[in-house]
Amino acid sequence: MDGPDAARRAAPAAADRPLKSAAARSRAGPVGLATGASRAADATSPVPLAAGSPRPPKQVRALKLAVFALALLPLARLVLAGSTGVFGGLGANPVELITRSTGTWALVLLCITLAVTPVRRITGWHVLQRARRMLGLFAFFYAALHFTTWVWFDHWFDVRAMVADVIERPFVTMGFLAFVLLVPLAATSTDAMVRRLGRRWSQLHRLVYAVAIVAVLHYWWHKSGKSDYAEVAWYACAVALLLGWRLLARMRRAR
Amino acid sequence: MLIKSPAGCEPFASEITPRAVWTNRRSLVQAVAAGAALGAPAWLRAQSGRPGAKLPSQPGPFPSMEKSTSYKDVTTYNNFYEFGTEKDDPAAHAHTLKPRPWTVAVEGEVRKPRVFDIDELLKLAPLEDRVYRMRCVEGWSMVIPWVGYPLSQLLARVEPTGNAKYVEFYTLADSKQMPGLRSSVLAWPYVEALRLDEAAHPLTLLTVGLYGEVLPNQNGAPVRMVVPWKYGFKSGKSIVRIRFVEQQPVTSWNRAAPHEYGFYSNVNPEVSHPRWSQATERRIGEDGVFQRKRPTLMFNGYAEQVAGLYAGMDLKRNF
Repeated sequence: MDGPDAARRAAPAAADRPLKSAAARSRAGPVGLATGASRAADATSPVPLAAGSPRPPKQVRALKLAVFALALLPLARLVLAGSTGVFGGLGANPVELITRSTGTWALVLLCITLAVTPVRRITGWHVLQRARRMLGLFAFFYAALHFTTWVWFDHWFDVRAMVADVIERPFVTMGFLAFVLLVPLAATSTDAMVRRLGRRWSQLHRLVYAVAIVAVLHYWWHKSGKSDYAEVAWYACAVALLLGWRLLARMRRAR
Repeated sequence: MLIKSPAGCEPFASEITPRAVWTNRRSLVQAVAAGAALGAPAWLRAQSGRPGAKLPSQPGPFPSMEKSTSYKDVTTYNNFYEFGTEKDDPAAHAHTLKPRPWTVAVEGEVRKPRVFDIDELLKLAPLEDRVYRMRCVEGWSMVIPWVGYPLSQLLARVEPTGNAKYVEFYTLADSKQMPGLRSSVLAWPYVEALRLDEAAHPLTLLTVGLYGEVLPNQNGAPVRMVVPWKYGFKSGKSIVRIRFVEQQPVTSWNRAAPHEYGFYSNVNPEVSHPRWSQATERRIGEDGVFQRKRPTLMFNGYAEQVAGLYAGMDLKRNF
């Protein structure tokens, strides 16, 4: 989920080369997670990675380290609370807490990943771009934990029960679908895959928009039985805003 | 399928509690003596309505061999939407509820409609300890030692008429005491209901305490229903009105999502809820994370006592 970054590393000798290729990809159309940095090559925005203004790798490394540490905090909290009882332990219903925590953080990280491009474009903090792949992979990581909780703690590996769950309950169908759609994105997140897939990589990674919508639907329908939309409404707004921004940006460029 | 027994309300009083238990004079005398020794009869001290005040109760029927869920879990993991939709909301916010003064209006199709003061209700019949399984529709369960007496005791006092087929239970809806009313999750006040024969069943408990003490606010102080063979939401909390009616009432959850919450809502592992299977459950505080969920029992394990109420009924349709 970090194409240009990867592309840049693939050709470190000529820092301007990946920008060209990214620009070529950008002309192909996608307005996305995959091509956020490619639009850095637009005439309207600064070119952060251009030759002559090399980003100190120290700053990038610090950013990535910070993101890595912060993104592990929710898991650390669960593990510590579960094993030692700190932070009030895992409460009366640990499985429920683990399910909700991992699901929520998957969605939060997905939203943060989707926010990288708009924030970068609005603030000019182009260095953020360098943390996007890691953020996307952490979203997948928490989604995988959420999925594992369902498979293991909730259904105890009972395949029939899981199949019935996916078929009978629309909110589970959506959750399952969101996770399945994330798998190819995570699997193609390596530099080698970015290079190998070329333009198709960014097309593939536009799936992340579908994942965001499906994930919110999953959460929404989970809450629908109790008509308790207070929290999920915030996520729906965030995703609408993040996707709406892209739509607007695209329309503006088309004009 | 209604078992018409308007007159059948009276005989229950003797059926419910083994005579030996509630006429156990020795312990009654002891309880009163103990209360007197502390300066006041136990029931008088209970009148303070303070959560934690001891209640003078006797062991009741339907003993359970199961381990009771801890007091902490029972009083901090609650669904009581009048105080918020999160499980820890009731424990955090229910301190604003004022369980005294409190009255319960009993009205509708009864010969003797009345408004009971809560302290009068407390003395209406001997209080019993009843350890019941509690199965939430969300797939978790507890074992709770309640204190109360069979609702049939109250029915006998107010004498339902021949038209009384159902009983409605209204929860208090006072936004000054209940911050959760600001949210529109449900149509307030919260209404639950039972068929008259369900209400008169010896298991159906008018409940005023748990763990031998006055009900904490978050558990439905000062008086609530406990109907152990039905999903937890069927047991209304903080009740201010009990109404006898002829037509099947529209209950709160049934109105909010009729496909998900039926009128009967008997615990039934074979009828799955649209958003989760009901075949298994996790016992709070007992079943660990790395432990397979336990199977849910028909009528929450009370089939022997209550299956007869539904003889000939299609429980898949009448879920």
